[in-house]
Amino acid sequence: MTSEFAVEMRDVVKKFITPEGNEMAAVDHVTMQIKNGEFFSMLGSSGCGKTTSLRMVAGFEWPTEGEVYIEGKAMGHTPPFQRKVNTVFQNYALFQHLTVYQNLAFGLEMEGAKEDEIKKRVGRALEMVQLTGMDRRKPKQLSGGQQQRVALARALVKTPDVLLLDEPLGALDLKLRKEMQLELKALQQQLGITFIYVTHDQEEALTMSDRIAVMSKGKIQQLGTPVEIYERPTNKFVADFIGESNFLEGKIKSISQNEASVFVSSINAEVVGLPISKGLVKGEEVIVSIRPEKIHIAEKDAINQNMFRATVTNTVYIGVDTKVFVDVHGAKLKVWEQNRISRLDPKSFYTVGQEVWLMLLPENTIVLRKD
Amino acid sequence: MLQRLRESKSAQGTLLALPTTVWLFVLLIIPLILTLIVSFGRRSPDGNVIYTFTFENYTRLFGYSTNCANGQPSCFDPLYVNILGRSLSLAFNTTVLVISLAYPLAYFIARAHPKQRNMYLFMVLIPLWTNFVIRVYAWMMLLRKEGAINIIIGWIAHFLHIPFTPFEMLYTPGAVLVGMVYEFLPFMILPIYTSLEKIDLSLYEAAADLGANAIKTFLRVTLPLSMPGVVAGTILVFIPVMGTFIVSDILGGRQVILVGNLIQRQFLDARDPTFGSAASLILMVMTLIVTYFYTRKFGFGEEIVVA
Amino acid sequence: MNPFRRSPFVLTAAVLVYIFLYAPIIGLVLYSFNASRANVTFEGFIPKYSDRIVMEGSLVKSSPCGPFHWYCELAKNNDVAEAAGNTLTIAFIATIISTIIGTMAALALQRYNFKMKPFSQLSLYIPIVIPEIVMGIGILTLFSQFFGWVNETFNLVGNARLSLGMATVTASHIAFMVPFVALVVQARLQGFDKSYEEAAMDLGANEWITFRRITFPIILPGIMSGALLAFTLSLDDFVITFFTNGPGSTTLPIYVYGLLRRIITPQVNALSTVWILVVFIAVLLLQILQNRESKDHS
Repeated sequence: MTSEFAVEMRDVVKKFITPEGNEMAAVDHVTMQIKNGEFFSMLGSSGCGKTTSLRMVAGFEWPTEGEVYIEGKAMGHTPPFQRKVNTVFQNYALFQHLTVYQNLAFGLEMEGAKEDEIKKRVGRALEMVQLTGMDRRKPKQLSGGQQQRVALARALVKTPDVLLLDEPLGALDLKLRKEMQLELKALQQQLGITFIYVTHDQEEALTMSDRIAVMSKGKIQQLGTPVEIYERPTNKFVADFIGESNFLEGKIKSISQNEASVFVSSINAEVVGLPISKGLVKGEEVIVSIRPEKIHIAEKDAINQNMFRATVTNTVYIGVDTKVFVDVHGAKLKVWEQNRISRLDPKSFYTVGQEVWLMLLPENTIVLRKD
Repeated sequence: MLQRLRESKSAQGTLLALPTTVWLFVLLIIPLILTLIVSFGRRSPDGNVIYTFTFENYTRLFGYSTNCANGQPSCFDPLYVNILGRSLSLAFNTTVLVISLAYPLAYFIARAHPKQRNMYLFMVLIPLWTNFVIRVYAWMMLLRKEGAINIIIGWIAHFLHIPFTPFEMLYTPGAVLVGMVYEFLPFMILPIYTSLEKIDLSLYEAAADLGANAIKTFLRVTLPLSMPGVVAGTILVFIPVMGTFIVSDILGGRQVILVGNLIQRQFLDARDPTFGSAASLILMVMTLIVTYFYTRKFGFGEEIVVA
Repeated sequence: MNPFRRSPFVLTAAVLVYIFLYAPIIGLVLYSFNASRANVTFEGFIPKYSDRIVMEGSLVKSSPCGPFHWYCELAKNNDVAEAAGNTLTIAFIATIISTIIGTMAALALQRYNFKMKPFSQLSLYIPIVIPEIVMGIGILTLFSQFFGWVNETFNLVGNARLSLGMATVTASHIAFMVPFVALVVQARLQGFDKSYEEAAMDLGANEWITFRRITFPIILPGIMSGALLAFTLSLDDFVITFFTNGPGSTTLPIYVYGLLRRIITPQVNALSTVWILVVFIAVLLLQILQNRESKDHS
């Protein structure tokens, strides 16, 4: 290994011409460093630039500006077949006219490997994805899950430094997808190869990744570990995109070393003792973000701080949780309450119109700059 | 060099398209330009072209004549205008007849059991694979006075005790029309079939569910959705009918002269390529105008390739 | 509701149209056994086999080949053999060239952006929207003017003089066949998933290997059907050939057309019957091959 980073993107821009003839930046000044052996995910909705970024690493697209480095080497216009990365495609892109064996052997033949070596390596790869004995089938004769494994084996048989995966589980049904998530993660740890994983499924990204880059409109919104991304989103987009959040607009009323009091106009009350990030000043307009599962519903006013009177407007039972929708002086909030008790008794539900107390714990709230 | 070619997608595309584009430019576009130039020329006594710039061939085509009966210097001679009109009306009649014959058959095939569709289609294609000239010849044998059609009508007449004398159907406008319809029928069946086959069967269920009866379903669902096929078929039928000269030559004898015959004779018998070129360009302009107005409304579907 | 339900009207119409399509062909085949040399009315089959051909007026009474008399005459006809040879030679050469350059053009038009793309695409539609005769006389004018100029300028004499012949017919055939090949292949390419090629390159194949081992096998069926279409168009062509052929390049359609304007004997019917049979068998074989292939893939 010549470099600390398996893949590095430095200030990469990719512009496309839209069918209407306008220029559009699919990737807009993206910089990221992916460490060796890391399971790295790019997460975002379609059109956020994640797939384009991956394709630039693979070599299918070349950056308009900036540079992609693999193992410390600038890639420039190096074609895909000269890069030591391999891709698992979203639709698998298995060669339909070749057998499973021929699909796996293809990449090794390109390296000029000898026939008996190809045989050995293909056999091992098939064993790794538990498809031994399927080598003479055509891709169409396999199930979706099996095709997915062939696609994985075909890329891994080349022993790449970096494996690129473009929504590889998107076509599988939910149960199989969950199994494959864990399997992929285990495989990655066992092989020690760097995985770059593109997905729009946040749960998938949170489950598997060491680090995640949340992307939107061609830019990285936040880059961090799953816990950081979920617990400490750095802007409203990430807080909203990952999981769900309540947003309350307010103004910093007073500020101390690392705590602030925010006056939230919509509930006409002050929230005190909130942890804040650097750079916020007194009088600044901010957004207070609280995850719905982190709001507690209390029956009566126990502590006096950060408790607000609310009216229940609706409840929805979804099995694991009950979603409680409340109104605080006109501000609509959502609260998820875990169903730790049986709800068979109708009395265990909140009723519409019921008055409750909401408790916000300062450590569960995030103060975000309004942008 | 190779590296630069690898990176320039535009150079790769140009290189790939070059042979075809050059070939078509030399053998389709230059000839059209030449035809245009020649059409403004004048015929020399030995049948060659004198390159000038005169509209004589076009004025002659549209009826201007200096060869008048009662000593007038110029007059209107409808000969060529009539030929153009005849060609247009024949092409129109042929197209209408072909659509009315092709549609039911295409519908029949498209609604047949999927396993049988290929065979029915195959049966449409077999006559198409026999040669164009041979197909005209076949009708020559059927249509003439001693031909099979007269014989069969004779049998029926005899059976019904009606007096019947065989009549000459060959060398009539009707013979040319039948020949044209026969020649180009498959070119209408295939595109209509293609567009009918694409229609999702659940659309019929939806139409029925919404209360449309069979006729309404046909008029409001089937027909509009099969229009691309009809349009493609019309282009594939109308244009060649306008230009074909064998059918009228063999089945029409010297009786039915179309613009195709006119052009052919100017080049081979009358040896006046300038007038032939002018007629040819007028023919092209007529077909382009018809195609333009027709496709502007309905578009230029991919069905055209399927046939 | 049975989706395959058909109304009696549609069924009747379909049967009638099929009769319309086949009646002339059946007549054609029947008359190829006609005893009458004049071939105006059907005078029955030639009844007897004999060592020599026995004629009574215009009726063939007996022949070494019996009812197949006209087929034997056909086999002896050198002009037919030559015309058939020309037709096939032209069709083969023109199909090979037009398939190769047409496929290249289809790839270019479907995959790349380049300056002359709109022009290239538009030129493909010329043979569809312009009557054949217009192209025929245009090409004739081009060749005659160009050849005339070359012959004059270089003082060519005898065999060295450029004239219409196999080369001009073949070149002209390619001109109207290429667009059909290109359009058919282009239509197939529209459904082509580019990720197959990306996968191949990702696995280490360069552009050429990717094309040869991945792209080409995938689009081969499309190329084949384009080639087949081109081949049948060439076999069938009359108009373009009519204007561009010269001495020694008579094709079968031109030959038959020549016969129709002179004396027609049942030999023409025999020729037509053989033609239909050959085409029928060839297409049937192709269908069987295709079916077998698609079964292999499923």
